[in-house]
Amino acid sequence: MSGASSVHAHVKPAPVGGSLFNGVTFVAGVLVLVMAAILLVRFVFGLGSVTAMNDGYPWGIWIVVDVMIGSAFACGGFSVALLVYIFNKGEYHPLVRPALLASLFGYTLAGAGVIFDLGRWWNVWNMYWPWSVNPNSVMFEVAICITLYIVVMWIEFSPVVMEKFGLREIKKKLGRFMFFFIALGVLLPMMHQSSLGTLMVVVGSQVHPLWQTPIVPLLFLLTAIIMGYAVVLFESCVASSAYRRSIEMHLLTPMAKVMLGVVAAYLLVRIGDLLVRGVLGGALQMSLEALMFWLEMSCFVAPFFLIGTEVQRRTPARLFVGGILLMLGGALLRLNGFLIGYATGGGYQYFPSIGEIMVTVGMFATEVLGYIVITRRFPVLPREA
Amino acid sequence: MTTRRDFLKRALTGTAIVGAGGTAPLLTQARETHKVPDGALGLLYDATLCVGCKACVAACKEANDNPPEFNTVDHLWDTPLDTSGYTFNIIKMYRNGTMETKDAETNGYAFMKVSCLHCADPSCVSACPVSAMTKDPDTGIVAYDPGKCIGCRYCVAACPFGIPKYQFDDPFGRIAKCELCRHRHADGHYSACAEVCPTGATLFGHTSDLLAEAKRRLELKPGSITTYPRGRLRHAQEKRLAGAPEGKGRMERKGWREEPDQSYEGVVGNYQQRVYGEKEYGGTQVLKLSGVPFEKVGMPALPPYSSAATSETIQHTLYGGLLMPIAVLGALSWVAKRNIANVGPDDDEGGDES
Repeated sequence: MSGASSVHAHVKPAPVGGSLFNGVTFVAGVLVLVMAAILLVRFVFGLGSVTAMNDGYPWGIWIVVDVMIGSAFACGGFSVALLVYIFNKGEYHPLVRPALLASLFGYTLAGAGVIFDLGRWWNVWNMYWPWSVNPNSVMFEVAICITLYIVVMWIEFSPVVMEKFGLREIKKKLGRFMFFFIALGVLLPMMHQSSLGTLMVVVGSQVHPLWQTPIVPLLFLLTAIIMGYAVVLFESCVASSAYRRSIEMHLLTPMAKVMLGVVAAYLLVRIGDLLVRGVLGGALQMSLEALMFWLEMSCFVAPFFLIGTEVQRRTPARLFVGGILLMLGGALLRLNGFLIGYATGGGYQYFPSIGEIMVTVGMFATEVLGYIVITRRFPVLPREA
Repeated sequence: MTTRRDFLKRALTGTAIVGAGGTAPLLTQARETHKVPDGALGLLYDATLCVGCKACVAACKEANDNPPEFNTVDHLWDTPLDTSGYTFNIIKMYRNGTMETKDAETNGYAFMKVSCLHCADPSCVSACPVSAMTKDPDTGIVAYDPGKCIGCRYCVAACPFGIPKYQFDDPFGRIAKCELCRHRHADGHYSACAEVCPTGATLFGHTSDLLAEAKRRLELKPGSITTYPRGRLRHAQEKRLAGAPEGKGRMERKGWREEPDQSYEGVVGNYQQRVYGEKEYGGTQVLKLSGVPFEKVGMPALPPYSSAATSETIQHTLYGGLLMPIAVLGALSWVAKRNIANVGPDDDEGGDES
């Protein structure tokens, strides 16, 4: 590409370099090993041997946290691509690679998390077998879309690997079709992130009215986009602090404004839906559900006070906390809709077991470990001046 | 140059695309709640006739090869507390105050059978991503195929009655639920629970006949005498072939086993004027009568439409024929292709140094 047409001249990505062995990678490595040990027990003795799941709560944190929340945290790649390639905000381009990497990891792990949770995992091929699939099933749509998206993200990320190994020819050829994979990479998360919300519609009145709504796909889509930007804020802050790099405030400040716009749209839709369905009364009772609802809503409202003004958005610490709050808000929407606000009756209780928690922790540790290894060895983060 | 105007233009294009997609739902028909099929088979459980002997629980265990579950210290008797991965049918008890009168809400006690209701529009079937849970188009029996099941337990979460259960203790665990003993139909046997019921509290038959019988009972004067059938309620036109064994190719059955007439005269109970399962979620093939309000004996209050219909309406509105996804993909590809020319793909050669 000639210099004249590249309007958004940006810094080349480069490996960060440095040692792969340090305190963080050691702890993460130990946590990954603990997870592996627990999973071994799970596969030999069954789900009941390590989880607290039961017939009243057939989905625990492996689904709700590792898959639902984990994949939403992995929406950075999607949210940034939406901004750069669809809304043509090329100045954000340096954010694409790191966001895509985190997404790739998040989704690949979410996919693995599904396998850990499947009681009859050896039958999973039926999900893709034309004579078995059930197009009426929301989960079918989610599974197909997530599988495809993982493949698409690996294709989107492959130039990084090709650069590393000097495969310039293939990279060039792939580059010609990249627009299509980018478009797919925007469409697929739109489809499955919304459908992850639709999953609970068939469950009917077992989900508390504060979370059971026919517009739940829109709520999940908007919050996935929000969480995508929030995660980019979070990661940029952590990466710059951990690698002692300068922080890309000239990009994060305006991106935070875009993010707040989506939050405002989300709050309008969310509150409007509660009013139209006339179920806000459920939030005024003394109950765990009501408490969790207000906690969830506060996480979406608080950022307006924290990073509502341009001046506030120029403070990295504020962006960091704002990002965390919105990640938490989106996570709570999912946790509330799938676990806290879900009740089958019959006196069933659920609280995750140590084994379940350690696997979830191990999943996040895998992500941190992978992110460190790849950013230190592959050209992902912008080269420091 | 990307100007603000340029950005707005793109944004508007995007809005137009989403807007065009947004009108599509209006053109799509909402998916109606399915109705019970004509040849539907089911059970009628009349709580006022049930004596709580649990012969049905034992017979169900035997017919389905399920092990006993122990909940007492001595581990002598099968004592399941709820349906589970190894118990498809259970009789639960309602107690209030002094428990003097059977089927009375206050100071009384009552029984309730808990097993799959074989919904007209089952949530479990709609939920199952791999068609392991299916509804037979003729008999309406909701059947389970462990050969396809991936063990995701979406059916367990989805069922409003909490019926499908998963064997969490087994690395090869299955989903467990009543299938109306469809594996016994080929030999002329029907649901074991109805076969053994000594009072006819559980009756097997065609749902249409069972509903008529239930309504007949509701019209009788409490305390009067009437005839109660036992075992199987004869079909209005005793000729339908029902049930097919697992696997492909329907095996024609000669009919149900011949049985002597087991009907008897009994006293009419004091019924709640309602057949549970007639309307719930579009109807269920297992119907229930009770002297105590259904909500008190653990039967949930459900709307006359199924949540499967709501869920599938949303899904097919968005993804029917993949029309919307393809249209959106086309638009996104077009926009992405144009913008890549400005931005460059994710490619470090597109930067300042080239």
